[in-house]
Amino acid sequence: MQSLTNRSKMVSNKKMTFLEKLYLPAIFGGMLITARHLFRKNNTTKYPEEQREFAPVYRGQHVLKRDEQGRENCTACGLCAVACPAEAITMVAAEREKGEENLYREEKYAATYEINMLRCIFCGLCEEACPKEAIFLTDKIVPSQLEREDFIMGKDSLVEDVNNRIDISKRQLTGKRKEK
Amino acid sequence: MDTGLFWEKLILVVILFAVSLGIAMYSTYLERKVAAWFQDRIGPDRAGPFGILQPLADGGKMFFKEDFIPFNSDKWLFILAPGIAMFTSLITGAVIPWGPNIQAFGRDISLQVADVNIGILFIMGFVSVGVYGIMIGGWSSNNKYSLFGAIRASSQMISYELAMGVSVITIVLLTGSLSLRDIVDAQHGISWFVFKQPVAFLIFFVCALAECNRAPFDLAECESELIGGYHTEYSSMKLGFFLFAEYINMFISSAVIAALFFGGYNFPGMDAFSGNTLAIIGTLVFFAKIVFFIFVFMWIRWTLPRFRYDQLMHLGWKKMIPIALINLLITAVVIAIWEGWFTK
Repeated sequence: MQSLTNRSKMVSNKKMTFLEKLYLPAIFGGMLITARHLFRKNNTTKYPEEQREFAPVYRGQHVLKRDEQGRENCTACGLCAVACPAEAITMVAAEREKGEENLYREEKYAATYEINMLRCIFCGLCEEACPKEAIFLTDKIVPSQLEREDFIMGKDSLVEDVNNRIDISKRQLTGKRKEK
Repeated sequence: MDTGLFWEKLILVVILFAVSLGIAMYSTYLERKVAAWFQDRIGPDRAGPFGILQPLADGGKMFFKEDFIPFNSDKWLFILAPGIAMFTSLITGAVIPWGPNIQAFGRDISLQVADVNIGILFIMGFVSVGVYGIMIGGWSSNNKYSLFGAIRASSQMISYELAMGVSVITIVLLTGSLSLRDIVDAQHGISWFVFKQPVAFLIFFVCALAECNRAPFDLAECESELIGGYHTEYSSMKLGFFLFAEYINMFISSAVIAALFFGGYNFPGMDAFSGNTLAIIGTLVFFAKIVFFIFVFMWIRWTLPRFRYDQLMHLGWKKMIPIALINLLITAVVIAIWEGWFTK
């Protein structure tokens, strides 16, 4: 049959010669190859002691960011929850009271904000949807738990600590779509 | 009876038993390390320095596993089978000369438990009996996979024992003796039989791989098709015995290969030593050769894929046996001419 691409190869069903049937030359060839691997550097990362650095695009556990003055960025607009394909995010919005200006950046904030880490598929769409640069995915791995309820993470574990900020500069370089 | 001889042999038997078990134990460690090296990994390194205690950890794990006997199995044979496998693999070490004689306590102590004058025949015989362990284990499990593994193991043993025997006969022709001590002594210095009989060596080596059920001939266990073959139903230390027997077999095969073809405890320049120094160095040299062959066994295992069953049979019956027979014939004719039988 006429070949369309000329890339196909004809299958040959030729009989093996006596030497090939003894398998010995092929075996010695194979043993040489493995012998070369004896002296090669190993590729192991000794995990608990050594840890491999994640790629900048790695999508792990979420963080709710604060601004420079330590106020929560999130305004509970709900765009992340809408964007979420796994429907892992829920939140309850609340109005900022007088005297809470140092806690929340804008007049509306999230009273509760929960992500179900068992539902989450770590796609990063919440991060893309967020207009306030409030939610980011980090290189932190979601810790294992014994109970399913423990995987529903609230604001206590999602919002970053004021004194212990989480660096998301690498995510901003790679994860966000560039503004035109 | 000579009580000195009794104690001498008893101590030797105990040492041999311990050494066989110890080497088999560390073969499992070496196997994992060698596998790792060939695959650019590190291998076990957590239990003790360099993972040296790994075999102990593995053995301890085996003891604590549930010892399960399937309901429909033939209970006594099921229990007996690992014992047979272990017994036959341990007893073959008795006729191997581990080193030159040692002078101690005013006695000439032979480092060989029993110098049977049909030593190599004894080994061949017990290796053949060894298949009963696998056969009985596979059959008594009352499991299809186990039975398949057992049948494969026995047909493989029968096919490869022929070529193995014929290649041993060429060595017997050269020495005129079946005693392993005589065979080793005939290879004084560097006049090893591998240089006179390279073809017989190759055949013997391949057959030894097949007899030990080692890859590429591990069709009897064959994880990917038979989920463990004859030891599918085994657990705990019974499984441990089967696996252990296999490593002892490997040790003994390496010892036999080293004794038959690589001069046993003979090494070049051995005439410079004498007495106990020679005995100690000779024994060490012998063990170095054994460890080398164990390494080659592992090297082959981690290089080659498993043979297909028909390939195994073709190789055994159509290649190995004819080549071994031709080799035997040529050897016999050459010896006859050398000895001048045709000119008399």
